[in-house]
Amino acid sequence: MEDLTSYPLELTGPDIPMVRFLNVRKSYGELIVLDNLNLDISPNEMVTIIGPSGSGKTTVLRMLMTLETIGGGVIYVDGKPLTHMPKNGALVPADARYLRKARSSIGMCFQHFNLFPHMTALQNCMEGPVQVLGLSGREARERAEELLMMVGMIDKKDQHPSRLSGGQQQRVAIARALAMRPKVMLFDEVTSALDPEVIGEVTNVIRDLTTRHSLTMLMVTHQMGFARDISDRVCFFFGGKIEEQDSPDELFSNPKSKRTQQFLSAVKAAD
Amino acid sequence: MSYISFLSEHGSRFIDGALITGVQFFCSLALAAVIAHVFGLVMLSSNTVVKSFAIAYVEFFRGTSLLVQLFWLFYVLPLFGITLNNFLTGFLAVGLNLGAYGAELVRGAILSVPRGQWEASYALSLSPAKRMRRIIIPQAIATMLPAWGNLAIELLKSTALVGLIAVPDLMFQARELNNSTYLSTWTFGTALIIYYVSARFLITPCMRRLEKIMARRMGRA
Repeated sequence: MEDLTSYPLELTGPDIPMVRFLNVRKSYGELIVLDNLNLDISPNEMVTIIGPSGSGKTTVLRMLMTLETIGGGVIYVDGKPLTHMPKNGALVPADARYLRKARSSIGMCFQHFNLFPHMTALQNCMEGPVQVLGLSGREARERAEELLMMVGMIDKKDQHPSRLSGGQQQRVAIARALAMRPKVMLFDEVTSALDPEVIGEVTNVIRDLTTRHSLTMLMVTHQMGFARDISDRVCFFFGGKIEEQDSPDELFSNPKSKRTQQFLSAVKAAD
Repeated sequence: MSYISFLSEHGSRFIDGALITGVQFFCSLALAAVIAHVFGLVMLSSNTVVKSFAIAYVEFFRGTSLLVQLFWLFYVLPLFGITLNNFLTGFLAVGLNLGAYGAELVRGAILSVPRGQWEASYALSLSPAKRMRRIIIPQAIATMLPAWGNLAIELLKSTALVGLIAVPDLMFQARELNNSTYLSTWTFGTALIIYYVSARFLITPCMRRLEKIMARRMGRA
């Protein structure tokens, strides 16, 4: 069992990151998925993770959403521990109740949208605010309609997901996550399951979020051009580690690591 | 004696019997549905004790004959000081038995809800109870409804056994009539037709309608 006494109960100081991964490890049996990850994400920063499949990039998001348990280390969100909770002056692994409260500041959009099929677009966006945040039906409806308007889906608000295209479903999914007013938004390959002609409608919504809203965002994507356009920082993952991280211009034009160069040239060749 | 005069003379007994069969059917269906959901959910629990209890229940009631269970409740329980009237015993036995089959349906349907749905409700911080009630079970019901249609027909046919503990249901009345008239072809033939018509023209259309309503709710209609 890991000694957690060296980890702070909460982060203090002038520049508290919105998200901090501190010595985070994850393995499935013998297979090490994440190897001692240390990563800080500042408030309102847009960080994109790229890398070959199996490099652990989706695992980073899933651990931050607490969909995966953590093998070692601690994740902090907004200065407070996410995966652990303070007890008798030390950190212990968080229980279900603590996790549920802690992760309410995080929103996530999935590759396959995962909208609730038995609810309309509007009901999907109202479910969390009513059931979790305790908003009245009227307040939740106003909030949901405002967000559906923002993602350009207000005219389809009464449609069930089965009646919507992939791009439309993903836009509703973004609105649903935003309706919880998260501090951190996670995008897990949100364009990978979409037809090429509708990718733009989803990337435009995310682009709009980065320019007009103050949100900390972490995105995993295979869309290099999009990553380059909108990110403040790009991390290249390889073998469960950050092989290289830099501003998008620097990383894409002048990659320093040999593995990054190989990956980027392979992606370029495929395009 | 023609079949028409047979019916005009004894029809009221068939109607009385069919009504009792109907009441037995609805009582045992309600019991089976409640038991199926409770035990189906408990079988998915992480608590080993309650889970083992649910599995033992399902194994016992699926693994032994309904007729033996019925007789056990009716003849053996009184030896332990528990006496139930025959009507109650009838639908308890059928409901408990079919509930065990239903529990497997519920368990399977819940497990068939895609993992992404669990994760999405988890990401919205829904509590486990709300996740189950608002997201998982509505989708599971849509999946398991066709199988419940089969189970409901099976349940109707199973109620024919309650006549053996003197519940005056359709089968009981048919046997009584047969004993007094010896018109086996007509008595059992009529019972057969009533069972078939109930299953084919009452239960099946109701289940189809329910399936359509669920499909509409899922946005598939």
